[in-house]
Amino acid sequence: MSKDSTTPPAGYDVQREQMLDFKVPEQLLKVLDADGRSDEKNFILTTVDEVFNWARLSSIWPVTFGLACCAIEMMAASATRYDIDRFGAGAFRPTPRQADLMIVSGTVTAKMARRLKLIYDQMPEPKWVIAMGSCAIGGGPYFKYGYHVVKGVDFLVPVDVYVPGCPPRPEVLLEGLMRLQDKIRGRKGKFITPKWITDYAKKIPYRK
Amino acid sequence: MAIENIKTSKGWADQDHVPGLKSELLELNMGPQHPATHGVLRLVLLTDGEVVYKVTPVMGYLHRCAEKIAEGVNYKQWVVYTDRFDYLSPMTCNHAYVTALEKVMQQEVPERAEHIRIVVSELSRMASHLIALATFGLDMGAWTPLLYCFREREVILDLLERISGGRMLYNYMVPGGVRYDVPKDNWASDVIDFITMIENKKLKDYNELLSFNKIFIGRLANVAVIDPQTAIDYGCTGPVLRGSGVKFDCRKDDPYSLYHKFDFEIPVGMGEKGTVGDCWDRYMVRVREIEQSCRIIRQALESLPDGPYQAIELKKIVKAPAGAAYSRVESAKGELGHYIIADGGQTAFRNKVRSPSFCNLQVMEKVGVGLMISDLVALIGSLDIVLGEIDR
Repeated sequence: MSKDSTTPPAGYDVQREQMLDFKVPEQLLKVLDADGRSDEKNFILTTVDEVFNWARLSSIWPVTFGLACCAIEMMAASATRYDIDRFGAGAFRPTPRQADLMIVSGTVTAKMARRLKLIYDQMPEPKWVIAMGSCAIGGGPYFKYGYHVVKGVDFLVPVDVYVPGCPPRPEVLLEGLMRLQDKIRGRKGKFITPKWITDYAKKIPYRK
Repeated sequence: MAIENIKTSKGWADQDHVPGLKSELLELNMGPQHPATHGVLRLVLLTDGEVVYKVTPVMGYLHRCAEKIAEGVNYKQWVVYTDRFDYLSPMTCNHAYVTALEKVMQQEVPERAEHIRIVVSELSRMASHLIALATFGLDMGAWTPLLYCFREREVILDLLERISGGRMLYNYMVPGGVRYDVPKDNWASDVIDFITMIENKKLKDYNELLSFNKIFIGRLANVAVIDPQTAIDYGCTGPVLRGSGVKFDCRKDDPYSLYHKFDFEIPVGMGEKGTVGDCWDRYMVRVREIEQSCRIIRQALESLPDGPYQAIELKKIVKAPAGAAYSRVESAKGELGHYIIADGGQTAFRNKVRSPSFCNLQVMEKVGVGLMISDLVALIGSLDIVLGEIDR
């Protein structure tokens, strides 16, 4: 299982666990390294892996986890005009045990943090997280004076895709979903802004 | 009463409903992650079988410190945070704050700005009520109305995006007027086209799909009845109060802005399908309010005067003289009030928000007792709470 796209960069887990004051036993870490994260390639397994990943990215099931304003845009993305079902991610599950994507849509508060971690832990592997909106990314407008706001959901769970905006438009969420699909596929996403968008942005008149 | 006390006292569970069959109280957590609690509300239920014995709402899962932030940022910057209270109808929240602020500042507002404010507030109210219908349908097991309601909501958001530049949260109103004028590319006529379509066609669609659906009425009629006295006692406002048959609306009874100029009616619950104040009445009040909003928008746009739309230059930092003021508006959820204490500087000394959802939620403690759990979901849906406003 070499092409595991959810593998975080080296040292990532260790840093996170130190921050959360939780230590994984060294023996367990060795087992994890030997089992899933080695660089040895196996022809049959990689091919099977690609098929698995294709199946996973084609039917991502998100958990209905609406926190704040962004949840309404998440609903809009799943409703009429934007229709997230086109990308196979329309089956919102009410229980985390059936889901494999958590869209953290909104402000994560200190009171909610433990529940969020619990919901993430209840999801079966493999699982992915999208941080939707500037609050989930880093506190957003509540960064400076928000004494009860967690400054970024990546303090709690590993995040795969960050979708900026306050709130992000549904198109941006769909873009984030496609980048996540790229990631599951094991490909690097294209992050270059298309030329027609930059051209169009120049044409927007400044309003007095 | 603490939960332990109830467990030991002679509750329902100790009585024999069916001879020879004894039941026991069960403590059940509903939320904060639950599809029917409209966000991150948590309810601690004590249930006797399927019947709810006690409901305790637990809040604070979305406490975003907005009132404290008001003491740190200046008056104009805080308009951004009012958007995020009731994120389903941000324009009415903006309106509530700027009216209170103008009262402290003793600032006159141009007539054109007031007209634009009323138009965008009513559009926002319509968008909020459409979401209320959609999610209420969803709670009752009807998925299709969501698609129809969101279709019309997208049109409203497009219209508001053209006037304010934002899709969902606008930061549109500023003390002394509005941020931008009405766009010159037929915006007003497009709005009138849209409300004509709503009045003539879409409301009939919703009524056929949802309101007069036999199953829907069966689920909601005579369920979770809030009688008028209870609604008044618990401080309910908005569609919850009007659904109980009390004709109270800040737009009529305590007119702010230019609402006294316009001709519209206040729909109240009449108990057509069951008792006055049941879930169906509260739902139907919202449908009828959409119709009245259309009437107000049409009148406001047809009599839109020329002139300035800002009394204060946009780049200027505003200051308020020392003093205090309370002002209330009718938001989509009810009476939304802002109490501002100014100390003469650029920042408020204290800013207290009276949010309608918070008060409406409290009635659940009384009305929720004795309901089935599935009817409790109907009650939450018909109260139409927004957690951003409850926890602030």
